[in-house]
Amino acid sequence: MIPELALYNYWIVIALMMVGLYTVISRGNLVKKLVGLNIFQTAVFFLYISLGFVLEGAAPILTEGVEVYSNPLPHVLILTAIVVGVATTALGLALVLRIKEAYGTVDEDQLQRMDNEA
Amino acid sequence: MLITAIFVALSRDLMAVVMVFGAYSLLSAGMFMVMDAPDVAFTEAAVGAGVSTLLMLMALSKTGRFERRVERQWLPLSLTLVTTAVLVYGTLDMPKVGHPENPVHQHVVPRYLEESGKEIGIPNVVTSVLASYRGFDTFGEVVVVFTAGLGVFLLIGGIRRKENR
Repeated sequence: MIPELALYNYWIVIALMMVGLYTVISRGNLVKKLVGLNIFQTAVFFLYISLGFVLEGAAPILTEGVEVYSNPLPHVLILTAIVVGVATTALGLALVLRIKEAYGTVDEDQLQRMDNEA
Repeated sequence: MLITAIFVALSRDLMAVVMVFGAYSLLSAGMFMVMDAPDVAFTEAAVGAGVSTLLMLMALSKTGRFERRVERQWLPLSLTLVTTAVLVYGTLDMPKVGHPENPVHQHVVPRYLEESGKEIGIPNVVTSVLASYRGFDTFGEVVVVFTAGLGVFLLIGGIRRKENR
């Protein structure tokens, strides 16, 4: 086995996840928050695909003379997750558009202030 | 990939953020390809890099391009750093990436790899698992996408109607 590959993937995943998390919790703009959420999501995809990866394995398409395949199950789950992720992003953006129309802003602090005044 | 993600987090020009996010999705599709997941790579390139970037651009055209300037906040930064430390500590016990004896590869997957060619007759194992063994999951996915689409049409349709009036 190649030891230097061992845990490196997980650390990249964690770094990406934390960038996404930071974007979500530190920024007030709602569109920016959704982008952060998407980055977080991609990090999770990356984690799953890393789990399914087998060293010197082939893509899980049955071929003559290939013995080792990577794990197809995480691929299936992530395929589903990507599509669902886009659907939720679309719904979130539609909500943002409605908020923009109702309040005239998409900034969280300003929304809070307007709600307190009302 | 990490660099593009950090740029997305720090930039305030949302147009640039969305464009770089598209590049980030494309890079991650490349990474999926490298890790022997061509199906996932195709989906990510088409849906992640294509459709979500387009949706975000459409939203930006309505909500304005620039983000308000924020002062440096220490609470989120310290919170993320603490979480990072905890997670890295957690990975030290994780199984090594790429090892064929890992627990994930032991349970139901050998059966899929050995039998699905005979049982389903499709060489692509991902397809046969998606459409046959886990068909209910895929059905659930379709329901979710349908509901989301319905929600989007109801929300946006409301805006359109008011504009016409």
